[in-house]
Amino acid sequence: MPLLEIRNLTVEFATASGPFRAVDGADIVVESGDILAIVGESGSGKSVMMMAMMGLLPWTATVTSDVMRFDGQDLADLSTRERRRLMGKDIAMIFQEPMSSLNPCFNVGYQIKEALRQHLGLDRKERHNRAIELLEQVGIPSPEKRLNVFPHQLSGGMNQRVMIAMAIACSPRLLIADEPTTALDVTIQAQVLDLLTGLQRDTGMAMILITHDMGVVAETAERVSVQYAGQKVEEQPVTDLFATPHHPYTFALLAALPERATEKHLPTIKGVVPGQFDRPSGCLFSPRCTFADETCKSTPPAVQPASLGYARCHYPISAKTEETA
Amino acid sequence: MLKYFLARLLTFLPTFVGVTLISFSFIRLLPGDPIIVMAGERGMSEERYNALMQEFGFDQPILVQYWDYLLGVVQGDLGQSFVTKRPVWDEFFALFPATLELSICAMIFAVMLGLPAGVIAAVNRGKLPDRLFMSIALVGYSMPIFWWALLLIIVFSGNLGMTPVSGRIDLLYYFDSTTGFMLIDSLLSGQEGAFRSAVRHLILPVIVLGTIPLAVIARQTRSAMLEVLSEDYIRTARAKGLTPARVNGIHALRNALIPVITVIGLMVGTLLAGAILTETIFSWPGIGKWMVDSIFRRDYPVVQGGLMLIAVMVMIVNLTVDVLYGFINPKIRKR
Repeated sequence: MPLLEIRNLTVEFATASGPFRAVDGADIVVESGDILAIVGESGSGKSVMMMAMMGLLPWTATVTSDVMRFDGQDLADLSTRERRRLMGKDIAMIFQEPMSSLNPCFNVGYQIKEALRQHLGLDRKERHNRAIELLEQVGIPSPEKRLNVFPHQLSGGMNQRVMIAMAIACSPRLLIADEPTTALDVTIQAQVLDLLTGLQRDTGMAMILITHDMGVVAETAERVSVQYAGQKVEEQPVTDLFATPHHPYTFALLAALPERATEKHLPTIKGVVPGQFDRPSGCLFSPRCTFADETCKSTPPAVQPASLGYARCHYPISAKTEETA
Repeated sequence: MLKYFLARLLTFLPTFVGVTLISFSFIRLLPGDPIIVMAGERGMSEERYNALMQEFGFDQPILVQYWDYLLGVVQGDLGQSFVTKRPVWDEFFALFPATLELSICAMIFAVMLGLPAGVIAAVNRGKLPDRLFMSIALVGYSMPIFWWALLLIIVFSGNLGMTPVSGRIDLLYYFDSTTGFMLIDSLLSGQEGAFRSAVRHLILPVIVLGTIPLAVIARQTRSAMLEVLSEDYIRTARAKGLTPARVNGIHALRNALIPVITVIGLMVGTLLAGAILTETIFSWPGIGKWMVDSIFRRDYPVVQGGLMLIAVMVMIVNLTVDVLYGFINPKIRKR
């Protein structure tokens, strides 16, 4: 039984100008101890999908799914109270902006201990010791002193470490990292990623890493799910994905990596992710796809079999056509 | 922290001088002559008038008068009332506890109801509680105080006979004033029913005086909460699985409190001004009534001194608010 199974998840926002579909039939399956990366451009619905799962979306959002199960429990069936018992304990989440994700009014120790009190019911002394232990675990020097420090007195990297300490406080079985390194300096990015993968290895928790950085994906993930305009367009193990991408979007994303550039100018994908008003009727990627024809523009493509990376494409690129291309 | 406090204290000086200047000059700009008013209907002779002019120093140039006044103020001498011949200082502090008691109770009333109403409205934005509370707040804010007071008196004192109409305590009870606060004094006196009577006398004036602050606090809390609720750290708090009570009441409210206590600080000034009307309606023996009477009598020292002391009170409250900022949000302390 997979740890997390989500089938056909759809999230719609009610806006002043009508409904907007941010996630459109997405699937996620994560086994215990798995590291799944979800990649895609800004606006492809990666974060919204995770927030929907956590129940963090505002009331304007409508979430529907065929299956949304964590460890055999149907998340949609849980009462809000039962769901809260799961959030922050078995499923934890860290966010993109460490500086604004911590409450400026409370010191670091308070915010970590709060999670411990909520879910584990430790007494004061135990909470204190566990908090020190956690700060140590995420590599914050002189942890005892750091407990009394406020977020504005720490750097972004340190704050993200605090966020991670807070997330792993109750030994979650699934950690969702929503662009954990995007707001950080490059040197710090590597440290934080190392920390996350190290923690994942030590604790055996599953991890979903949301990112738009293919470099981060290559370094950390085992499986990659590529998302575009609210749909999963491809999913493969990381090495296979980098070797033989099947969806033209994945292909284009990889081609845009500086390390892979063969020409003087870095190849780009022209245009942006379709929004509320310019959603194509056929394949969502067709307006930007170099391979698209009339079929692509008129009919939504079906999902291809596993051998073709579940690519949602009429003409998936196979290893062979890539060679001839 | 101490340095911050002293720096804030220093900014008091210009404000203080400004207040003395305004209170000194405004009362003199009013038409009317205090000596003529004192003489009453009988009038007085030329010599007597001139002698009094000299006695009060009104024959001096206006700048010299101001200077003399300022020198007195610095030494703690606010002068004597023209009418009662008692020091302004003594009169003020004999009456001030009554006003303070009323204002504190009104503020407590406003905060105790306004904060929760604002939080509930913000959390249920656009839904029934939000609309209901905010409509009530708007009505409360727009209603003329004297009309509202009369309405309450008619219903609760007149029709229902639940509350007394005026004064601070029933005439049945008599005890010496130790603190000046009727609630405390009545308890100290040990007389049965005295405390209850004091509370009953407070209810209507407190509601009347507290209505506008209540409305302002509720609306301010709501808007501050709405802003805070969309912050990233609120999402973090919810992702931690905290209860809505903790997320809204602790994580959000603490951040929303900064603009709210700013307003509370500013409301204290309004409250003391509003007390004048409320005290007049309920015959509450506080400084509001005293000030109004002094203005009609052209009692210069009382008006000057009273205004100044009220201004100082307001300044102290706002200094307290400034210091509180740092306690509520440590990020502000750094600057």
